[in-house]
Amino acid sequence: MMMVELGVSSPLAAVVAVLGLEWSYTLRNVVAGAAVLGVVGGVLGSFATLRRQSLLGDTLAHAALPGVCIAYIITGSRESLPLMIGAGLSGLVGTLFYLLITRTTRIKDDAGLGIVLSTGFGLGLLLLTYVQNTGGSGQSGLDRFLFGQAASLVRNDVITMSILGAIALATVVLLFKEFKLLSFDPDFAASIGYPTTMLTILITALLIVAVVIGLQAVGVILVVAILIAPASAARQWTDQLSTMLVLSGLFGAVSGAIGAILSSQITDLPTGPAVVLIATTLTAISLLAAPRRGLLWAAISRRRHRQRVQLASILHDLADAAAGEAGAVIPLTDLQAKRGVPGRLMTRQLAMLASRGLVARSINGREGWSLTAAGAEATAEASRRERVWKQYMARQMDLPVDAIHYDATEIERVLPPEALAMIEAELRAEDAAAIGRASDVVAGPPRRPSRPTARPGQAP
Amino acid sequence: MSIALVIMITGALVGASCAIVGTFLVLRRMSMMGDAISHSVLLGIVAVFFFTGSRSPILAVLGAGAVGLLTVSLVELIYRTGRVKEDAAIGLVFPALFSIGVILVSRFPSAVHIDVDHVLYGEITFVAFDRLTLFGVDAGYRSFWLLGAMTIVNALFVLLFFKELKLATFDRGFAAALGFAPTVIHYALMALVSATTVVAFDSVGAILVVAMLIVPAAAAYLLTDRLLVMLGLAVAIGSGSAIGGYWLARWIDGSIAAAMAVVAGVVFVACFLFAPRHGLVARYVQLFTVRRAFARSLLLSHLRLHPGGVSMETIGERFLWSRRMTSNVVTAAVQDGLVTDSPARRLTLTKLGSVQAQQVPGH
Repeated sequence: MMMVELGVSSPLAAVVAVLGLEWSYTLRNVVAGAAVLGVVGGVLGSFATLRRQSLLGDTLAHAALPGVCIAYIITGSRESLPLMIGAGLSGLVGTLFYLLITRTTRIKDDAGLGIVLSTGFGLGLLLLTYVQNTGGSGQSGLDRFLFGQAASLVRNDVITMSILGAIALATVVLLFKEFKLLSFDPDFAASIGYPTTMLTILITALLIVAVVIGLQAVGVILVVAILIAPASAARQWTDQLSTMLVLSGLFGAVSGAIGAILSSQITDLPTGPAVVLIATTLTAISLLAAPRRGLLWAAISRRRHRQRVQLASILHDLADAAAGEAGAVIPLTDLQAKRGVPGRLMTRQLAMLASRGLVARSINGREGWSLTAAGAEATAEASRRERVWKQYMARQMDLPVDAIHYDATEIERVLPPEALAMIEAELRAEDAAAIGRASDVVAGPPRRPSRPTARPGQAP
Repeated sequence: MSIALVIMITGALVGASCAIVGTFLVLRRMSMMGDAISHSVLLGIVAVFFFTGSRSPILAVLGAGAVGLLTVSLVELIYRTGRVKEDAAIGLVFPALFSIGVILVSRFPSAVHIDVDHVLYGEITFVAFDRLTLFGVDAGYRSFWLLGAMTIVNALFVLLFFKELKLATFDRGFAAALGFAPTVIHYALMALVSATTVVAFDSVGAILVVAMLIVPAAAAYLLTDRLLVMLGLAVAIGSGSAIGGYWLARWIDGSIAAAMAVVAGVVFVACFLFAPRHGLVARYVQLFTVRRAFARSLLLSHLRLHPGGVSMETIGERFLWSRRMTSNVVTAAVQDGLVTDSPARRLTLTKLGSVQAQQVPGH
């Protein structure tokens, strides 16, 4: 029954059961608390990283520590709400001081962050040791704010965290459009009349809420990771802000929950570091393997592109040497001399082209290669595409024809059929004019830029 | 030597060695990289203890130096992929490395000789009991030797490569063009930051060392425009804060390392408010002075164009000044003998006033 109240779904209980753990009261609180933190931190951390303010989260977390101690000294309570309020206020003061010193003096952003972070944390530790040295043993509970101790969360803590988190998330949903514009183009947002200062204050306040939620579970020192890592991971999987927020919240919740479970089961494993390492692992996987943006995918597609360019260049060379005719045999040594690539690589590439039926090998005394009919057609088609593309770019983008190097093979994806037809008609007219001039004057103008300039499919 | 004196000297050496490298972190806008390094060297220290079982400070410095450079390279590597922005790259790397260090410390405190409190606060109170024995002879306090050597190394590096550091800091492109290898300077500096952090670790822990790196240097940056002076001031503020921190900690019975950070912060706030040229007060005074001087120029030029005299009200309306502003400007000008206020309440220039009015630019 309590499970339902805390919003923890039963599949998670099943997973925990499979792991051989008891789905106890403590574990439930721990997992719920860490998951709430992960969702809120992931969502608000996304805005912070997009706005290049991710380290502000680190600074205000450290600056929140004095507030925790002062709240404790004033109220004498170990309840989480007063401590969280103290933390939030103190984080706010730290942020304002950071803004004040960086806006009014020559101190730059990085030093401003470092100053507030280190003196705030120093003040917090000084107060913490003062509390510990003057009070009895019961005071040491404040320690949990340093590295986080999810196991110390009780049901009331989780409820407080959930309410704060729900308010923060609801604000994000309500002001999604405004926050989106603020994150990507604040100048434009200001120019169309958005109250950008208010929005900035609000989004920073929400970041403070996220940090405050995280303090007990992950601790002031490492809470920044729950803001940055899930957001950086989510960014790799999507270009859509809304999807990114959902994914980031999900990654955050998963890291929080798993980290909390591990830390509650393994003795002397602090929750903060456990959560951080899981979130970092997720980020590393995303950086490497996410489709399209992932580094592995990028390496594969770079390789493919290079190969395509090289194959196209060989076809081009063959066509040039054979004046576009199919069947004219060109000696391998000539091709190699032109391209300047290692012989084995070229042989392999020629074999690849042969397997696609574009070139044919003939050994007549010495090795030579010729275009097949299909190869000649493909080469002609490639140079046609290149010309169309260049013409389009020169017209529409105002670029000099020589400056255009672009993979022309995907031209149909970029240009609508009408535009293609129009440009082709223009090119035909130009060709006709060129032939006309050529018959007037003895030497016709060169129809193609001389060899080394542009070539089909050279990457820009 | 009394325990108090040993602690204060140790603190002062921490302050001095950190301030020297910290100055360049602040000027090169790499303060947060200093923060990252100071966190992640914990892993280096712990890993050396863990794998070699040795407490040799040389090994610890080497291990931590390696992890420090690893941090910098990882941040640059991640940032260069273009997938993550620079601040986020810093925020990804150091929490991860620090977490591994903390987990090792929490799980195997006896194997690594340090506990979590040591990571947070350092153990400066114990430095008086940690003496170095060389060849069977007592050679004095270990902290003096380590921190003294670090301070000297840092100072020598800065003095020997002063020109290179200065150029690489203020105009990296030009430094590269002249063949000063700013990248080598960069990594050397990062290595020194790492080493300094390790040596300071026993005194102030892994996190408060950031305060000693950045805060005194930033305070000094507000006091001067000259690099050498800034270095000297940063060292003085760092050492002074350390000594002041000792007394603060004794007074309120708290952590010495934390109190050192707090005193450094207080010194920074004082500089922020009262620094002669870059302080908040000085800037407001400057603003006020410029505004007043400008208002007086307007008044004098206006009166010069209207020799028949002008009433106070007209001037206020002409320049959109409030009644109070007008009255302040006019009273000051009358007091300085530039303007006379006739019985008919019409303002005219005195002789001195006409001379000054001719010097107003634009007329």
